Amino acid sequence: MVVSAEYITREHSRTDGDPSGGTPGSGEVTGILALQGAFAEHAAMLDRLGAPWRLVRDLDDLDDSIGRLILPGGESTTQGKLLKSTGLMEPIAARIADGMPVFGTCAGMILLASHLDNDPNVYFAALDATVRRNAYGRQLGSFATTATLTLGDDSRIADFPVVFIRGPFVAQVGSEAHVVAEVDGNVVALRQGNVLATAFHPELTEDTRLHEYFLSL
Amino acid sequence: MTATANRNELNKNLAQMLKGGVIMDVTTPEQARIAEDAGACAVMALERIPADIRAAGGVSRMSDPAMIKGIQEAVSIPVMAKVRIGHIAEARILQAIEIDYIDESEVLSPADDVYHIDKRMFDVPFVCGAKNLGEALRRIGEGAAMIRTKGEPGTGDVIQAVRHMRTMNREIGELAALRDDEVYEAAKKLAVPYELALYVHENRRLPVVNFAAGGVATPADAALMMELGAEGVFVGSGIFKSGDPAKRAAAIVQATANWRDADLLARLSENLGEAMVGINEDEIETIMAARGE
Repeated sequence: MVVSAEYITREHSRTDGDPSGGTPGSGEVTGILALQGAFAEHAAMLDRLGAPWRLVRDLDDLDDSIGRLILPGGESTTQGKLLKSTGLMEPIAARIADGMPVFGTCAGMILLASHLDNDPNVYFAALDATVRRNAYGRQLGSFATTATLTLGDDSRIADFPVVFIRGPFVAQVGSEAHVVAEVDGNVVALRQGNVLATAFHPELTEDTRLHEYFLSL
Repeated sequence: MTATANRNELNKNLAQMLKGGVIMDVTTPEQARIAEDAGACAVMALERIPADIRAAGGVSRMSDPAMIKGIQEAVSIPVMAKVRIGHIAEARILQAIEIDYIDESEVLSPADDVYHIDKRMFDVPFVCGAKNLGEALRRIGEGAAMIRTKGEPGTGDVIQAVRHMRTMNREIGELAALRDDEVYEAAKKLAVPYELALYVHENRRLPVVNFAAGGVATPADAALMMELGAEGVFVGSGIFKSGDPAKRAAAIVQATANWRDADLLARLSENLGEAMVGINEDEIETIMAARGE
């Protein structure tokens, strides 16, 4: 389902940057990396939860009001080039290292991984895992199903819709990362401290539970 | 959801992943790698880019599958390829080689002057050109999972892409402004399914992602199309018909991502070398945009 028309041009939630009231304080805004891909879909999810957000397109957008960051789906090679040309790569990496909660979906998971097993590039290297790009093949391999997400010993999300679009999976889980979900025996979601990463696209569904969990980190 | 409905949704989803990106025409694996290195979010594999099709004349067909496979092996980003309007068999061939997106394109010589392909019969997604809302909704009714403006390919002249994007968005606004009971008549006048007209009336947008295409040659052209509401940009002849393709390609990618940043656009537009030689719209003999309404 495509996002509402308003998200084609909206750069931030109604509260963020609105001096007439409700401007969020330091660290209260969720940044959404908006270099390429399905960033608007994440914005729509955060609006459903009433959480302030702002698109992050360049260094000026990444100020102190941003307390957490979403890395959306799209093409990781494109986003990687633009992270370099905009100068956003190092500051974001430093914030993730400092403990800022970050949520990567699909291409976002690839940007977070410490290794890719079919691509020499490494971006934020914040997730102890080897991720395989296009692990399900071309578009004919894209699919949707449901999965159980294990977020902690007694915290689970059941029947969560998972949509894979030319998606990756985790080929090897490092000792630092915890498995959040598996589909058909493949690891497709991980959590490592402040880092949450999924090979699937919760932002393409109407299920806000995983975004809600991310906002609680 | 039925399997077919599910597949159609997954195909629309892939277009959502391409948003904010640049899809580049390439004719060789080497060009495909240059495009990927520059940050293209997908490539369109074709034997001759539109400017050369225009110059060569004659019948223009689907590309050699061997050539398309060579490009699929060269890059990790999605690979699209074109079939002639109405050419069901060419589309089956591209599906057989697992293309990521089929462009049923007016750039090639039409195979059918009445019927488009029934795209709902395929598992791979289709993108189609449109110059107004009626064309866009007819293609979506046939199963297209993504729309692009037609523009006028191979000219380096952005005027038609601008005209088509403005026309489509004005017509969307007009449909959205109607009373609910006026949508039936509007659907009749547009010659589109009522359900799709109703979707646009209620949502003020197309039910699929909409890119700009046809005549984009510079970073400023890409930024202009984004300003006018495009969700991404196709660049055909503009890159590999220019003096420094790698540099121009990277500049257009950055301009599309941050199209509002005029300082950035100024920097990106410097020293790009020779742009493709343009042909003005009143100098062209073949109007490709008129193919397939």
